[in-house]
Amino acid sequence: MSERVPVLRIGDILLVSIQVDLEDQTVMNLQEDLAEQIVSRSARGVVIDITAVEIVDSFVGRMLATIASISRLLDAETVVVGMRPAVAITLVELGLSLGGVRTALDLEKGLALLRRSVSRTDRR
Amino acid sequence: MTTPPPWAAEGGQQTHAIAKNDDVVRARQLARTLAQESKLSLVDQTKFITAASELARNTMVYGGGGELRAGLVRRNGRLGVAAVFDDTGPGIADVDLAMTDGWTSGLGLGLGLSGARRLVDEFLLDTEPGRGTTVTIIKWAR
Repeated sequence: MSERVPVLRIGDILLVSIQVDLEDQTVMNLQEDLAEQIVSRSARGVVIDITAVEIVDSFVGRMLATIASISRLLDAETVVVGMRPAVAITLVELGLSLGGVRTALDLEKGLALLRRSVSRTDRR
Repeated sequence: MTTPPPWAAEGGQQTHAIAKNDDVVRARQLARTLAQESKLSLVDQTKFITAASELARNTMVYGGGGELRAGLVRRNGRLGVAAVFDDTGPGIADVDLAMTDGWTSGLGLGLGLSGARRLVDEFLLDTEPGRGTTVTIIKWAR
């Protein structure tokens, strides 16, 4: 039985803060949990906080990109917040620039980014 | 047979089996401890741990499990950290192809081997179809 990362809700935004060294299976579970909860809780945005994450390898990097794509299909936006400078440098050198993933420096900026883009879509 | 890394006298090497999913996490933790001990900069620590994580997963997924040996190394007075990933899996038939960005024999992104090589100072790949694969990585403190 592998652990599950808790998914919190603030209004119509889901918040995931990764605090443990992730096992591959935990990463897969998180993808499914988020997809289900975006729909069941009618979320418009997802924030993934990786402030505590020391390394992002290609598996976790792909997970971030996949979650962003899945949530887009489910009419929600994903922002990854809190990436450490060393992690950013390493990801680019690894060959993973995470082109399709929106980022913000911290949780506050990430939430502001989501609120802006959600209210923009609502006006349409 | 490839030459073994120049293991440092202090510390000794540690051997860990890579057989289950959580062994990848353990390999990462061992790499982190050693990278800190070898006084790498924070960015270099992150690069080394990330490379070790990629290779540990390769050992499990493509090699069918294997072994990690890791420890501090010393050459010409310089301190560094080395990790050797060993499996007795199918081996790699076309090394040039396997080292190409984006090429994968499985379901990955194809960045494991080529990405890991970019993240370390020394990268040695020893493989033969039917015999298995050994990958050695070293990162030196600056």
